[in-house]
Amino acid sequence: MHELSIIQSVVDTVRDSALQNGIMRVNKVKLVIGKLTMALPDSLQFAFEAVIIDEMFKNAVLEIEERDITCECSNCRHRFQVDDSYRFICPNCGHDRVDIVGGRELYIDYFEGDEDIDGTS
Amino acid sequence: MVQVNMQSNILGANELLARKNRSLFGGNKVLALNLMSSPGSGKTTILERTIETLGDKLKIGVIEGDLYTDQDAQRIEKKGVRVVQINTEGTCHLDAGMVGKAYDTLADAELDLVFIENVGNLVCPAEFDLGEDFRVVVISITEGNDKVLKYPLIFREAKVVLVNKIDLIDYTDFSMDRFMHDLKQVNPSAQVFKVSGRTGEGINNWSEFLLREVRDKQSN
Repeated sequence: MHELSIIQSVVDTVRDSALQNGIMRVNKVKLVIGKLTMALPDSLQFAFEAVIIDEMFKNAVLEIEERDITCECSNCRHRFQVDDSYRFICPNCGHDRVDIVGGRELYIDYFEGDEDIDGTS
Repeated sequence: MVQVNMQSNILGANELLARKNRSLFGGNKVLALNLMSSPGSGKTTILERTIETLGDKLKIGVIEGDLYTDQDAQRIEKKGVRVVQINTEGTCHLDAGMVGKAYDTLADAELDLVFIENVGNLVCPAEFDLGEDFRVVVISITEGNDKVLKYPLIFREAKVVLVNKIDLIDYTDFSMDRFMHDLKQVNPSAQVFKVSGRTGEGINNWSEFLLREVRDKQSN
């Protein structure tokens, strides 16, 4: 359940940034999560609801964009996606030295909010 | 409505501390290994056997991660090496900050090799760089041969996989062919040692490998 510590870190980072930007109420937080990370979207959603105790995040929703696992062959430079069989071998030339170029994302893309608590700004 | 673009790495703070640890380990020429597995796979027993084998050749330290207890640290301490206990108090993994603090208390020991025994868990520890030189995953025969595809990240990131409790293979349905097939496709360059913490089988090969890795790091 490291989703809880991930979400705690997300909420802390967004809160700091919101305060710096004069935002009183956060409406949406958007995360990008690669499929090779061990963070489960459902657990992140659950954790998000569980850690929110303050007014700033009261109506906030969490949006998660999942990214596929993408590799690039270090031999022929072919780019390919890796599915649930987790075959990290180039389908083009059979080489087994491949670099993961996508699927390990774990970042806050953006958040949206209002500058005053009534949402009239 | 205001939109604030962040592009902010959620584990950025950990990665910063991991880099700091890595440069400390580099400066002190100590080989740091992150030892990961599910609970009960035999990490601590393998450590005991490894220390018995290498204890007179290398100065070894151990950072013991555990949720609440210091039982493993006590076992390791009996082997005559320096141990630091980290109790994560419920957190399911070690992070670079915890390891940095623990290593501070070992920094005067002029170690050659430091084992970081992570919390028993195949999921969360995979995500957290501790600044280690490389990762070692222990999988035991009794867990079954299907773990590679269930926890691909931890196996993908490992340099070494120790298949423990090899003495029990005839009493289980563990298919070594299937396991090696899956591992080959997730991580073709992983080095595999088949070991038994109980009988000591394979511990010499693994220890010799470690000795070479320590010497390599020291000569660089």
